[in-house]
Amino acid sequence: MQVLFFYLVALVTVISGVIVVAAKSPVNSALALVNTFFCLAVFYVMLSAPFMAAIQIMVYAGAIMVLILFVIMLLNMGVEPFKKFTHVTWGVVAGSLVLMLTLFFISRGQPTKVVGAITRDVILKEGHTELIGKSLFVNFLLPFEITSILLLVAIIGAVILAKKEV
Amino acid sequence: MPEWLVTTILILVKLGFVFFLLLTGAAYMVLAERKLLGRMQLRYGPNRVGPFGLLQPLADAVKLVTKEDFIPSQADKFLFFIAPGIAAVTALLTFAVVPFGPPIRLFGREVPLVICDLNIGVLYFLGLSSLAVYGVTLGGWASNSKYALLGSIRALSQLISYELSMGLAIVPVVLMARSFSLTNIVNAQAGLPFAILNPPAFLIFLVSVLAESKRIPFDLPEAENEIVAGFHTEYSGMRFGLFFVGEYINVIILSSMVTVLFLGGWHGPLLPGIVWFFLKVGFISFLFIWTRGTLPRLRYDQLMHFGWKILVPLALVNVIVTGAILLLLNPAKG
Repeated sequence: MQVLFFYLVALVTVISGVIVVAAKSPVNSALALVNTFFCLAVFYVMLSAPFMAAIQIMVYAGAIMVLILFVIMLLNMGVEPFKKFTHVTWGVVAGSLVLMLTLFFISRGQPTKVVGAITRDVILKEGHTELIGKSLFVNFLLPFEITSILLLVAIIGAVILAKKEV
Repeated sequence: MPEWLVTTILILVKLGFVFFLLLTGAAYMVLAERKLLGRMQLRYGPNRVGPFGLLQPLADAVKLVTKEDFIPSQADKFLFFIAPGIAAVTALLTFAVVPFGPPIRLFGREVPLVICDLNIGVLYFLGLSSLAVYGVTLGGWASNSKYALLGSIRALSQLISYELSMGLAIVPVVLMARSFSLTNIVNAQAGLPFAILNPPAFLIFLVSVLAESKRIPFDLPEAENEIVAGFHTEYSGMRFGLFFVGEYINVIILSSMVTVLFLGGWHGPLLPGIVWFFLKVGFISFLFIWTRGTLPRLRYDQLMHFGWKILVPLALVNVIVTGAILLLLNPAKG
């Protein structure tokens, strides 16, 4: 049952992923990307990580993609005329490189039977949100703060770039 | 009867109950609004169809269904088709996590009066309300009309701005209840409701919720004297009906969120819990209508200024103050 559901969602994810690249109108691409993010959130739920799923939807589908859509609508980009793709050789090279990389990782990794410190039982006992909170604000406080300062710098930079005179 | 059958039937009954209640509630909310607005403006309001105009929603529905369904020739057909659906469905789905009564005993088992008590209920609500933006935005964009596009761009920027202060106003509630589950939040308010314990959060949430519902004084996305009817200018018939019903379902759902998060949900003296819940939701919905009858529309720059420069900083300060007080009250747990 769960496996069947997984394959169904995976199929939708892959199809929307293809539409992101293949769609002619930028709005349709953006919407397919929203759909992909939504399917990823479903995977998080199936991995018993509901908090991650909610954050995925709120941040990616709900905020970032909305802003991208906003920009597309403001620029009023029309349908791109379908150009003939001329760089077939480069496409094949890039594609086979990515494929080799993926196969390398799949062959090296152990997809099953790897047991880390945080198993399903630990999540059910302690709570998923509590675990994330603890590792973010206790174990990895310094990296977390550094990341937030980095984001702050980015925000200030964007404001300064957008302002005509500082 | 086997165990799983009982569970399935119970879930289906609850779903049917909530679905029926929300849709009739939304229909009669329209009537109540027209009646109350009429009284506030010294006129009668609808009173022709049925006794006291009580059959008016039915007549409206028949009219909407039989109207010609019109699609502009330059519209993006697919998006035009699904946008009202997104608006209505995201509004309906939110009610899945709202606990509308204390658990009752039925056939010798405990039945919680909530469709699904998610342990991330608050985040589920926020996530759906951020997805609700898509219905409005796509509807306006797909119409391919400048008024609809202007309306949807306004709706988009307004909704994502006020979502922020709404989310930040919920943080103190989660801090005080120590849980993301709405049932636990209601149970944490058995003594005093959070509206009394933390009035700034309550006020910020109430204002943000008004803005999220896109109603006067925050109805810039459909300001009819500037941009015709905003994002639903090109919609007619039942498609317009879905936007319209979605708006009123949204009002009911946002009122129940105010009730659950700040007014103690089903807790109250004398009357049974479920009655208290519906009384509180009714009162907040009345507040929505009352505001509409009282206040004029904001200007666009006032709206953005108020959201970003007043509500968001206030909500942030409130989060810090609430956290500090909670830490002082029980330092051992913190």
